Amino acid sequence: MAKGIDEPLLRLEGVHTHIGPYHILHGVYCEVPNGELTMLLGRNGAGKTTMLRTIMGLWRASSGSIHFDGRDITALPSPDIARSGIAYVPEAMAIFSDLTVRENIVLAARNGPVHSSRLDWMFGLFPALKRFWNLPAGHLSGGQKQMLAIARAIAEPRRLLLVDEPTKGLAPVMIHSMIEAFRALKAAGETILLVEQNFHAASQLGDNVIVMDDGLIVHSGAMSDLVADKALQQRLLGLSLDSHQ
Amino acid sequence: MTRSSAPARSFTETRIRRGPSSWLLSSDTPRSWALSLILIVIVTCLAAAPFLFSGSQPLSTAAKICVFVLLVASYDLLLGYTGIVSFAHTMFFGIGGYGIAIALERLGPSWESVAVGLVAALALSAVLAAVIGLLSLRVRAIFFSMITLAVASAVAVLASQLSAITGGEDGLSFQLPAELRPAFRPFAEPILGLAINGRILAYYMIFITAAVLFLVLLRVVNSPFGRVLQAIRENEFRAEALGYRVVAYRTAASVISAMAATVAGALLALWLRYNGPDTTLSFSIMIDILLMVVIGGMGTLYGAIIGAALFVLAQSYLQVLMGAGSQTLSGIPILPDLVHPDRWLLWLGLLFIVSVYAFPGGIVGHLRKRGRSHELG
Repeated sequence: MAKGIDEPLLRLEGVHTHIGPYHILHGVYCEVPNGELTMLLGRNGAGKTTMLRTIMGLWRASSGSIHFDGRDITALPSPDIARSGIAYVPEAMAIFSDLTVRENIVLAARNGPVHSSRLDWMFGLFPALKRFWNLPAGHLSGGQKQMLAIARAIAEPRRLLLVDEPTKGLAPVMIHSMIEAFRALKAAGETILLVEQNFHAASQLGDNVIVMDDGLIVHSGAMSDLVADKALQQRLLGLSLDSHQ
Repeated sequence: MTRSSAPARSFTETRIRRGPSSWLLSSDTPRSWALSLILIVIVTCLAAAPFLFSGSQPLSTAAKICVFVLLVASYDLLLGYTGIVSFAHTMFFGIGGYGIAIALERLGPSWESVAVGLVAALALSAVLAAVIGLLSLRVRAIFFSMITLAVASAVAVLASQLSAITGGEDGLSFQLPAELRPAFRPFAEPILGLAINGRILAYYMIFITAAVLFLVLLRVVNSPFGRVLQAIRENEFRAEALGYRVVAYRTAASVISAMAATVAGALLALWLRYNGPDTTLSFSIMIDILLMVVIGGMGTLYGAIIGAALFVLAQSYLQVLMGAGSQTLSGIPILPDLVHPDRWLLWLGLLFIVSVYAFPGGIVGHLRKRGRSHELG
């Protein structure tokens, strides 16, 4: 089947996920357009992390389907999903702390040595990584660990980045660096699905927005529309952008 | 930036930089002067043991240290580098021993028999490790450990019961190829004052094999494959999310580790000219291996050298030392009883508790940490 130009890179249709006895995702329908940055918002416990982990196959969808680049990946094992071109950056500075910064990056580059121009690009985004190249990753600060986790995801060209709360627990200066890094990634044409609690940061970055509540998508559309509609912000997120500035 | 069109060229920063000195050690140098010194002393003593010490007990102790360095290093690949707790390691050790013993006993004392026994044992170990790994490494760690315990116990019982093949509880004694027998004299004249015989050749065969395989294991843990194992140990879900098939990597690590343990078992059998259930299959050996790994330092192959040397020396000489101490302290109440040679296991246990308390990361972990804090000022 020929793929249309407007066909989304990722599409979830009626995805349900159970974790043990708990029913977390209650039929998620959403799309992530190619080459754009889509923000995934929602309060704690709404099911955002579960959705990312279900896409990666780390938790299995109990029903529904997940299509990536026109291919059904619902039943694929996680390594195959990763190999199909999806990179996942879990929350909580998910690096391998016993390995050095270099080893963390090399580990993510499964197809051989990292291209020098790509490495330069990564160092441009996250200069601290070059400085601490041979240091065990466990010795980095929280923000640097988060940078390493993102750098690992982009060590090789990927079709889609799934990033879970990259600014969580970071100092304001680090959040600013992180926003700049995502802005650069966006400018480079990466397709990103980004979970973020900080609506101020999200509003600066997102082309599109998906809002979750109780395991369901309650809103999706252009970020600019949500930013402009304060009543909608209040209804969906219980806040307005003004209060975060 | 997503898909670069620049010509592909490797970037050296992502490769391990190797000087000639660290090539042999796969760039995994001791990283501590104290540790380097200890390792140099142990390796030098082992390399020159026949020339440094007279009598058969010191040479037997040195040979046992060599065998256990290999055995403990192979277990550390599983426990320290991959995070797998297996109780079946002595099973592979036993398979190596029985492979040699059965082949030499049945086929006669020749190098062909050694080769047949070793190859058969390696093949059996590889298949068993792969089957156990593929079938049980998917389950939670504790269940995997229980499965390995059950399989190892079953094999130990089997070895005792199949007396027609294994010699049962009595084990098998066999003759070595002529070149490894004490009567064999390769040189007419003594070398450095020592008359070289087949026994010394056997020792050097064990020393060189153990050293080469140790370096191979060092290369394995410092290869990209080894880094994936370390990543799996730290967080298997993250490793899967990077595209690595955890079960396949764990199984491969189990197979490599099992094969190294098999060679260690074969070497011990060749040294003892005997193999039996208590020599290679007993659960107490499994406990000894665990203690050596913990004392030396998990996840540091050098820990295997220090752990094995300390433990085997304590096993071999603590009783003698305590006997001397008990005699010296005779006349003083309680003390001679406390250091009576019969209580050597108590003191060994205390030594273990103290070493774990004082060096939670093992001796190598402690020395490396100290070395790093000195470097950082």
